[in-house]
Amino acid sequence: MTSMRYIEPHAHMVSRTTDDYRAMVLAGCAAVCEPAFWAGFDRSAAAGFYDYFRQLTEYEPRRAAQFGLPHFCWLCINPKESEDVGLAREVIALIPQFLGRPNVVGIGEIGLNKNSRNELQVLEMHVDMAARHDQLILVHTPHLEDKLKGTRLILDVLRADSRIKPERCLIDHVEEHTVKRVLDAGFWGGMTLYPETKCTAARAVDMIEQYSSERLWMNSACDWGVSVPLAIPLAALELRRRGHSAPVIDRLIYQNPLRFLSQSPKFILPGGGLEQPAHP
Amino acid sequence: MTRRELLDLYFMEARSKLIDVAAFMDRLERAEGEADFRFAAFAQALPLLQGQGGGRVERVLAALSDPTEDPIAVATSKAACGAWPGGK
Repeated sequence: MTSMRYIEPHAHMVSRTTDDYRAMVLAGCAAVCEPAFWAGFDRSAAAGFYDYFRQLTEYEPRRAAQFGLPHFCWLCINPKESEDVGLAREVIALIPQFLGRPNVVGIGEIGLNKNSRNELQVLEMHVDMAARHDQLILVHTPHLEDKLKGTRLILDVLRADSRIKPERCLIDHVEEHTVKRVLDAGFWGGMTLYPETKCTAARAVDMIEQYSSERLWMNSACDWGVSVPLAIPLAALELRRRGHSAPVIDRLIYQNPLRFLSQSPKFILPGGGLEQPAHP
Repeated sequence: MTRRELLDLYFMEARSKLIDVAAFMDRLERAEGEADFRFAAFAQALPLLQGQGGGRVERVLAALSDPTEDPIAVATSKAACGAWPGGK
């Protein structure tokens, strides 16, 4: 698998070392996208998010650029901090001033965590803002026992807003019990490669083989927890072990995320990103 | 891939995980303490592995999920534990 290329569409690089950027580029990473997320502890005021949004739009692109890696980001207040609706309202009010920055591709990762009424209200506020500003949407679905119910509630919210185009929304962290309803509703689906709490590479390949993979991508969602920044190249290896050809692998780990993300006029890669891979 | 090829690729890994599950259950049985909803849900999901016709992953995931439909009043924690407490 020489000259493999891939796009990492979901990585929380603020919590990773610079070594990880280097390793990703060496493995063939052509672009990285960083959704706003929970820092592991609650921020006490909207000003903390203002600093975080500056970090995502100023500092991280510079750090990635040391290795020639284009860095893009999504902005929001993460569902884990959405129980406080007043704080969420203040943070959401900060976002429009950042939407014009060159590496911001959309609103995310919004969604639900424990499926509470307040989380739903904040999700609706984010969806409204994305619609008003014509932004792509990246949705986090809840963890473990909360995922099935949360995915249903999220789809209800998105489908209830006639301004939302499913092909411009990606529902992330799908697993076997949620992937079909996401794809059947016309949305994109993201498979997150966490061995214990989301899905393994082998299970991701199972889903690729069982469902239409035209609107599926894989991501590492690497953050400050136990996670693997090179999960996508490892999944590519799993695809190869399962007999998938180099062009099929390229479509799954490079062309699919390129197709979704290119709906943002800001997602531009050197050379347009459409050149053919070097491998046969 | 053929069934034989898939067995060649995954049997040892699946065997290892199966033995890990057996060891986990023995370990719990040796320990003292009260019953826990997580293991109850785990035990209820085990027979689903014996079903036929595929869909085992989906059924196991569904068995470990919150089956209710309405949003909860307030999120009092951030973490998920892997099984629905309401099923105890």
